[in-house]
Amino acid sequence: MQYKSQAVAMPYFIAAIGLFVGQIIFGLILGMQYVVGDFLFPEIPFNVARMVHTNLLIVWLLFGFMGAAYYLIPEETETELYSPKLALILFWVFLVAGAATILGYLLVDYATLASMTGNDLLATMGREFLEQPLLTKIGIVVVALAFLFNITMTVLKGRKTVISIVLLLGLWGLAIFFLFAFYNPVNLVRDKFYWWWVVHLWVEGVWELIMAAMLAFVLIKVTGVDREVIEKWLYVIITLALCTGIIGTGHHYFWIGTPEYWQWWGSIFSALEPIPFFAMTVFAFNMVNRRRREHPNKAAVLWALGTGVMAFLGAGVWGFLHTLAPVNYFTHGSQITAAHGHMAFYGAYVMVVITIISYAMPILRGRAANSEKAQVVEMWSFWLMTIAMVFITLFLTAAGILQVWLQRISDTPMSFMATQDQLMLFYWMREWAGVMFFIGLLTYLASFFIKGEAKTAKA
Amino acid sequence: METTSTSLPHGAAGHPTPAAEPRLAGDLAIWVFIMAELLAFGAFFAAYAFTRANNIELFNAEQAGLDRTAGAINTILLLTSSYFVVRAVQAAELRAARAAANWLLAAIVTGLGFIVVKLGEYAAAFAHDISLSSSPFHMFYLSLTFFHFMHVILGLVILVAMWNNARQGRYGPGNMNGIETGAAYWHMVDLVWLILFPLVYVIH
Repeated sequence: MQYKSQAVAMPYFIAAIGLFVGQIIFGLILGMQYVVGDFLFPEIPFNVARMVHTNLLIVWLLFGFMGAAYYLIPEETETELYSPKLALILFWVFLVAGAATILGYLLVDYATLASMTGNDLLATMGREFLEQPLLTKIGIVVVALAFLFNITMTVLKGRKTVISIVLLLGLWGLAIFFLFAFYNPVNLVRDKFYWWWVVHLWVEGVWELIMAAMLAFVLIKVTGVDREVIEKWLYVIITLALCTGIIGTGHHYFWIGTPEYWQWWGSIFSALEPIPFFAMTVFAFNMVNRRRREHPNKAAVLWALGTGVMAFLGAGVWGFLHTLAPVNYFTHGSQITAAHGHMAFYGAYVMVVITIISYAMPILRGRAANSEKAQVVEMWSFWLMTIAMVFITLFLTAAGILQVWLQRISDTPMSFMATQDQLMLFYWMREWAGVMFFIGLLTYLASFFIKGEAKTAKA
Repeated sequence: METTSTSLPHGAAGHPTPAAEPRLAGDLAIWVFIMAELLAFGAFFAAYAFTRANNIELFNAEQAGLDRTAGAINTILLLTSSYFVVRAVQAAELRAARAAANWLLAAIVTGLGFIVVKLGEYAAAFAHDISLSSSPFHMFYLSLTFFHFMHVILGLVILVAMWNNARQGRYGPGNMNGIETGAAYWHMVDLVWLILFPLVYVIH
């Protein structure tokens, strides 16, 4: 560890992994509820479990992004964090607020939670992914602003690199677009229109900048390739991401009551969204092939390469599958969307956060890399989780194709629920793949506790 | 391959390295970007052709309402501007910084001419209540030309930066990457218009 203040990243990474475990447990509960409808009812209804599953995902990724920023910004700027103390205070505020929100979802019914938390003052709740009570939303903004203040001040007083500028741009974008969570117009079309400015412009816009910056940082460290080369790639990737992703928002505007030209704009621009992800794949492999050193942390290199491949498959290929308006006319809101959502989030954001944790954690614990034994276990967890996610995606895709066929294309279309009965086999297989993913996650946890001779070579 | 590349006469007058290996002009990054741009325009052109095939009469009727003279003037302006940029690159290679800057200024002025003509066309279109939703043809006409229009503006910003660098004598035989990179982008903007103009304004 080159800078003392980088240590604040550690609690963020630990919290991220802890919440990740929670997310997967709720994923397993949900998968079970698909096949055994009243599983855990009425204690944990499906809608609550789903809310917890998706909200935990977002929160733990945010913990991961913040931890990544606290870790890499001091090294990039070659100066200590502006205020490590503020970073630690924000950690506890965010963790307590997050935990209280999840407990609120689980212990109180949603309508009561809404009235308890001031939703009648400014109604922002009840919308997918933005279910958080008003108080939590305000808390997120306060934490984000204080975090950005801390990071920005650090960058201002230190060396300015392309990686830190791109990361800052992404993080500021993340905070700014979240403000649309407070805008909840009565008109349902407008509501959906701006709702996507949070959801889409996060994951298919500014988050891509954060991801590319994190990946570039790790690649510089583990390959020793010239910063100039890596920065040029970074420029190309973020330009492509923004050029395709911003107007690509239109692929959500096909059927919500917006003008018809969105079908063209959305189809054409979003069809190009795989390009920046493909560039990231080429980037990762190219840099590793041109490496000038053999970094002792092989597991981190594996995660970095995995991110390149899985992000392209999940976000790029599975996104393209149903992004064209004439296709989406049939597939909209089916299990195909679920397949894409799972692999894209895992491939792009889960894996990039694990990449930086894998690289940084050993250093934060005082060694360049973990022991051979620990790394082997970590690589096992990589393959278990990644292959399980491929299976989850394939089973959901199969379910989606069958669903679209039975419910929307066939000459004698079936009702939604009758169709669901026909998909049970795939839902069962998805649940088993989920169990495999959970085993992979436990293996990942175990890798942190495996001793052995640590690698001491200077990172 | 080596013999052909050395025996081939290199086109541009005064090219100082006639025996050089074929090389990519400008930065590789701009070519990745140009390819992505061409893919986007290509997809849009294909969508236009596909939709037109199903609405030929409507497309022909509404196409007749476009100002072809303005389109032709703009074609000449962009081609001329591209030519000026070629001259600027050649001048820079010969260390003629002042000449390079002047050629770039000429390119900027002709580029601005394109913007003025296009704005006149848009004003006329909006006066006739033409909008993205008024018909499929108008949707394509406005989307394609506006998408290209934004590229012209970006290209002009790049040209101004190049002009500034050229005036300060930053380009020369050892340092052609910047000016060639910008020139490649400007030629791409020109190339797209050379397809867009006949496709949307002329062919029926």
